[in-house]
Amino acid sequence: MDRLEEKLKILADAAKYDVSCSSSGSKRKNIGGIGDASSSGICHSYTEDGRCVSLLKILLTNHCIYDCAFCVSRKSNDVQRAAFTVEEVVKLTMNFYRRNYIEGLFLSSGIFKSADYTMERLLKIVKKLRLEERYNGYIHLKTIPGASDEMIREAGLYVDRMSINLEMPTEMGLKLMAPEKDHESVKKPLNFINQEIQAYKQESKLIKHKPTFVPAGQSTQMVIGATPENDFEIMSVADKFYKDYNLKRVYYSGYIPIQNDNSLLPQIGAKPPLIRENRLYQTDWLLRFYGFKLDEILNANFKELDLEIDPKLSWALRNPHLFPIDINTADYKMIIRIPGIGRGSALKIVQARKFGRLHEYQIKKMGIAFNRARHFMICADTPIQLGFATMDSVRGQILHNGASKAKSSITNQMSLFV
Amino acid sequence: MYYIFDGTYYGWLTCVFEAFERKEFSIKPITKEFHLPDIFADDRVITTSKEKAIRIIRGLEGHVGKNMAQDFYRAFLFEHPAVWQAAYYLAVQIFKGNKHILSNFGNDAVMKFSDALRKVSRERHRMKAFVRFQQSTDGLYFAVVEPDFNVLPLIAAFFKNRYTDQSWIIYDLKRNYGIYWDKVNLIEVELNAGEIGDVMHTSTLVSLDDQEEYYKNLWQQYFKSTNIEARRNLKLHLKHVPRRYWKYLPEKN
Repeated sequence: MDRLEEKLKILADAAKYDVSCSSSGSKRKNIGGIGDASSSGICHSYTEDGRCVSLLKILLTNHCIYDCAFCVSRKSNDVQRAAFTVEEVVKLTMNFYRRNYIEGLFLSSGIFKSADYTMERLLKIVKKLRLEERYNGYIHLKTIPGASDEMIREAGLYVDRMSINLEMPTEMGLKLMAPEKDHESVKKPLNFINQEIQAYKQESKLIKHKPTFVPAGQSTQMVIGATPENDFEIMSVADKFYKDYNLKRVYYSGYIPIQNDNSLLPQIGAKPPLIRENRLYQTDWLLRFYGFKLDEILNANFKELDLEIDPKLSWALRNPHLFPIDINTADYKMIIRIPGIGRGSALKIVQARKFGRLHEYQIKKMGIAFNRARHFMICADTPIQLGFATMDSVRGQILHNGASKAKSSITNQMSLFV
Repeated sequence: MYYIFDGTYYGWLTCVFEAFERKEFSIKPITKEFHLPDIFADDRVITTSKEKAIRIIRGLEGHVGKNMAQDFYRAFLFEHPAVWQAAYYLAVQIFKGNKHILSNFGNDAVMKFSDALRKVSRERHRMKAFVRFQQSTDGLYFAVVEPDFNVLPLIAAFFKNRYTDQSWIIYDLKRNYGIYWDKVNLIEVELNAGEIGDVMHTSTLVSLDDQEEYYKNLWQQYFKSTNIEARRNLKLHLKHVPRRYWKYLPEKN
């Protein structure tokens, strides 16, 4: 194996637990060179685990001075180490990009020597791409905790997105796994970059050709299932971070056991909590795009998401007094709360009903999950029911008829305890 | 009555024009390839007229705006008589003054039309993602695709803006034409059978750069290393990358 290929193997493998692969949100234009950013983002391929491959996601090096128990690159772990040179990363990025393999570069790194030393290397790569290769494609750069403000500010002028991971959802969880780290060192740079972004936005309203600063915003990631936080705690943290730092995304990464001697962590062989992860993302979407408040979905009395059914259905079943909703008269805001109806179909319904009352056969063609939605809505021709089916029986019917993606794997998970 | 046109967008637009001119509103636009002679229906062969076509485009733009007028072109690229028929019906409705009809999603023709638009748009997005260039010795980057719908016209500008400083060809093998960017102009090109064979087997017409195999190999390695075995989910994988696209994806070969 060629040396570069070997490095790629090691450093892509080490970077893959960072789940962010988004390439959206930037509008960088091609100015006389190569590349631009597609504001909707493009997934160029998908791995066999079904995850999007949009960016060349690598570490500059997996040498690290820290010893975080959940991390595959921790100091005490017995793994092969490697480091790219600046030129190698640039060469790989350009050659992959020119062949339309990728949408851009996702660059992270283990911390070697010091935070500033590491950040400086990353910055070198980014600048070489932008200034020498005249590359305008997407760049996602990890913020190195502890790097100086000057260094971070300079990086922000060249990249599209920056991110820094919370790792464990709560300070307590993080302390268990990585005593050397704390959430404060994540909040500080998130806050600094957010303030810079807002300042640049203010200025660019006044000056026309202002340079962009992290145009695709910031994101963070939490590892799920390594430490004992419940879903309410996890989503509360996410909710707060969205609000406090204007994050574009919070990622939830189901913990995948790696070799470690920490008895608190799930061990190799334990299945990653993929369904739980999926339910958390669904909740995240409901909060950001469906007008839900966190306490409607999770609260002190309801701390764990239902794994069998999605959080919107679960919310609807707990609130029978709000249903059924008449799709011919209800607000858009209420229609998107009907289980089985998404934003696209809700928009179609609201437009189409101006032409006449809508019947079931019309609704069915609009791309909704009718078998689920029918329990919660009334169309022009829905027969009037005497009394409403209890929510327990609705739940049973939906689970019985539907091919829930969760069903089979949940039965598997349960049978372990039988 | 069937209006038989030449399969081009201008041809379809000419059908709309002539239907109005003759007040024959219940026609069906169709191409020779799709047309099955029907003893109960008359046929009329329509000669494509750029002038008439452009008048229809301007008319649509005047009624529903530029963007929605372009939807007719996008839906046309779906390449199916049922969609051409739905689009024809909608164009007639719009010209008769029913200009909001496109948002009447309770109407079958509107659903057919919007469904075709959605599918064409998805294919266009896929082609932005799945085109894979190979570099030849003379520096030309070329890619072969076989999209479900005729979407090359919808991605040409995207690739031009992105790969401005390299010359490239994207060739639709199913429809036997390609777009070629020579760093100055976008040109439509057609290869003959022999040349196509060359492209496919990369022998004489295009000989690959030494580095090509090297980077392809690195890309395959990357694709393998970035996968997480413990999360394996082939069903999801196939949903995103259906098998019919694998042929031209080096990471799937």
